[in-house]
Amino acid sequence: MYRSLFSRDLFAEMDRLQREMQQALDQSPTIRGYARGGYPALNIGGTPTSVEVYAFAPGLDPAAIDVNLDRGVLTLAGERKQDLPEADEKITLHANERFSGRFRRVVSLPEDIDPNAVNANYRDGVLHISIQRRASAQPRRIEVQ
Amino acid sequence: MNAVTQTRDNQTPARHEPALWPPVDVAEDPTGITLYADLPGVPRDKLNLRVDGDTLAIEAELALAVPQGMEASHAEVNLARYRRAFTLSKELDADKVSAELSQGVLRVRIPKAPHAQPRKIAVNVG
Repeated sequence: MYRSLFSRDLFAEMDRLQREMQQALDQSPTIRGYARGGYPALNIGGTPTSVEVYAFAPGLDPAAIDVNLDRGVLTLAGERKQDLPEADEKITLHANERFSGRFRRVVSLPEDIDPNAVNANYRDGVLHISIQRRASAQPRRIEVQ
Repeated sequence: MNAVTQTRDNQTPARHEPALWPPVDVAEDPTGITLYADLPGVPRDKLNLRVDGDTLAIEAELALAVPQGMEASHAEVNLARYRRAFTLSKELDADKVSAELSQGVLRVRIPKAPHAQPRKIAVNVG
């Protein structure tokens, strides 16, 4: 009883619970999922004229972030280096929670985006990718003759 | 790289508001402790790093450039605030904390007081 309440890794358990709750809230995830809890974390939003993707990717060299848009699929990839020194007899690591290593995240974008009108900006550790929607796909008011 | 000024004011933090818990790395070497915290989306003026007694508190707000009328369709970062606090032990010199914020990564250096730095103790043979 006690053991099942306090599993070995309480934080992993909390992460899992949070994921399950989020999954229950997202009624229709796409086939690529949007795996939560990955690096970088993603927020996605839209306006009538654009799709906005925010990747929370602190501590990267913007030139080393690989952003690809292929047939409506946006891929972010790269590598984040460890900031911590190697532990040796003089250095003790007390916490190592920040992500390091290679990352790759893939997002399906709506069909009406214009792959030639993409703007990517890296500021304060957030990669903001703005993709315009095609003008022909935007709602128009039709004049009645 | 921006230097962050450290304040010791009595400003009460908004503790009641929900906040994100930023991941940290902490390494200790013989002369002090270095802490790294991921705070993506936080510009320098929205970072509040405080030493209050023996507590080191990080509070920060996200400031994203969001186009007008944007509707979020998917959000993994669903709060606009980070908060985390650490208790400093006595041998750390809270007056000499230095910090810098660069591309969403906060680096804090807390040196040890000189008397607390390791000394080799000679053992006399009697």
